[in-house]
Amino acid sequence: MKILVPVKRVVDSNIKPLVKSDNSGVEVGGVKMSMNPFDETAVEEAVRLKEQKIASEVVVISIGEPKCQDTLRTAMAMGADRGILVTSEDALESLSVAKILQHFVTKEQPDVVLMGKQASDDDMNATGQILAAKLGWAQGTFVSKLELSDGKAQITREIDDGQEILELTLPAVITTDLRLNEPRFASLPNIMKAKKKPIETVALADLGVDTAVRLQVKSVAESSSVREGVIVGSVEELMDKLQNEAKVI
Amino acid sequence: MAVLVLLSYEKGDQIRKISRSAISAAGKLGTEVHALLVGDHLDGLSQKASQLQGIQKLLVAEHAAYAHMQAEPVADLIASLAGSYEFIVAPANAEGKDILPRLAGLLDVQPISDVVEMIDASTFVRPIYAGSILATVTSKDAKKLLSVRGTTFEAVAETGGNATIEKIENLPASDKQLSVFKELKLSQSDRPELESARVVISGGRGMQSGENFVLLEKIADQLDAAIGASRAAVDAGFVPNDYQVGQTGKIVAPELYVAVALSGAIQHLAGMKDSKIVVAINKDPEAPIFKVSDYGIIGDLFEILPQLEAALKAR
Repeated sequence: MKILVPVKRVVDSNIKPLVKSDNSGVEVGGVKMSMNPFDETAVEEAVRLKEQKIASEVVVISIGEPKCQDTLRTAMAMGADRGILVTSEDALESLSVAKILQHFVTKEQPDVVLMGKQASDDDMNATGQILAAKLGWAQGTFVSKLELSDGKAQITREIDDGQEILELTLPAVITTDLRLNEPRFASLPNIMKAKKKPIETVALADLGVDTAVRLQVKSVAESSSVREGVIVGSVEELMDKLQNEAKVI
Repeated sequence: MAVLVLLSYEKGDQIRKISRSAISAAGKLGTEVHALLVGDHLDGLSQKASQLQGIQKLLVAEHAAYAHMQAEPVADLIASLAGSYEFIVAPANAEGKDILPRLAGLLDVQPISDVVEMIDASTFVRPIYAGSILATVTSKDAKKLLSVRGTTFEAVAETGGNATIEKIENLPASDKQLSVFKELKLSQSDRPELESARVVISGGRGMQSGENFVLLEKIADQLDAAIGASRAAVDAGFVPNDYQVGQTGKIVAPELYVAVALSGAIQHLAGMKDSKIVVAINKDPEAPIFKVSDYGIIGDLFEILPQLEAALKAR
């Protein structure tokens, strides 16, 4: 069984993102970049499936500037077998990414595309579902438990009032919830080994995929959540504030 | 052309509040609003849904294939109706986020998730980077697919409307069953739903154990509150996953949010920053949660919570 895992290079999610001075976007120059944590969960799960001999090959793919190679190397240090780098300087939206992935799914014929349910930068939560629709495949979203066998995937999904268990017919697109697993840290020997694993590099422009922008970012602004933070000295004082000042109880 | 709103409901015939917020958001697009009810055995729900304010027509699609709202058949269904609509709106909950982007793939549209503000018919505001940044986006798609947050659009009333009910007769054939429903594991709770509760009280890792959540429950009893948790508390196994408030959990905006023993990670703030009043109880004076709170008490939860319970009882 072959598993394809798309991985996105994003501003490290532990860093507070900064808005560019002209409000045109988020500053990414000189900022620590990392693999999207949701994708890290997907890589981990795919590698575990390979270690359990359920998967035979784990292929990772990243789309963006040449630096995305680092993200592929990280995934390969975790245990992925080989990488595909699609180079592009453009900002790509979920629909375009899904179309690029569709191109490589057709070429690589994986049984499962396993990917993060969203990226920690744009939080769109859409690429996996769009890809599944384009391929006419089953989709399993927000998955916190995954079992693969005999052309089927039994998945547990996180939904609003609990969990739902579905059985998907493969091939399928499965998107991961962070709860699926705890991703490993790559060991130094594995990081060294990953440097020798193959990466195929393709220019997006050579693929003939339509990636015209449909959703334009006009401006971005910081959303402040700072409040006054009045420290009260006692429960009595808090009750007084809530009853007489805020009037919420 | 009109806007079609996909309704989301609980098992047990309750239309979710977020559906009523989605209708209210759709109303801002300045065109006729139709609602779509999808499922099986919908007689009771159809009657309820037709009384929702803000909709002129209710479409009902009833079939066993839709009983569990799986994305594959439901997206096919909506795609078959999409020709008559310029906008399709879904609630930004687990259901809407599963179905709407699949529909976008079928229609070749870039979906717009988590809309919190409608500026005009093609310009919308949505949070990015776990809600720390708001992006204003303009869609060039002829058909616009939006999922909307329940927290920023006031829900329309449950009754008072009088929509005409139209049953959809020509349902698209669902020949291949791509996914099969196996089991639903609902969390049992007598408390109000997190997303619609007037008061939410959440615990973090500092609660130390699931048993200690009893202290929060006693306060919740006094305020008819829902109970939430940070991801750290959920990951530690204190409470079930659906308690989680935050970027990847529930988005809430109650009148009063009480954060207990919870540090205030940016991913948690993403789920509660629109609350009207925020109270933090934490023994660490440096905890970031105090900076995003209206009122804070520095101290030990095991002393403060029983005092708070007693004070609420004595009201």
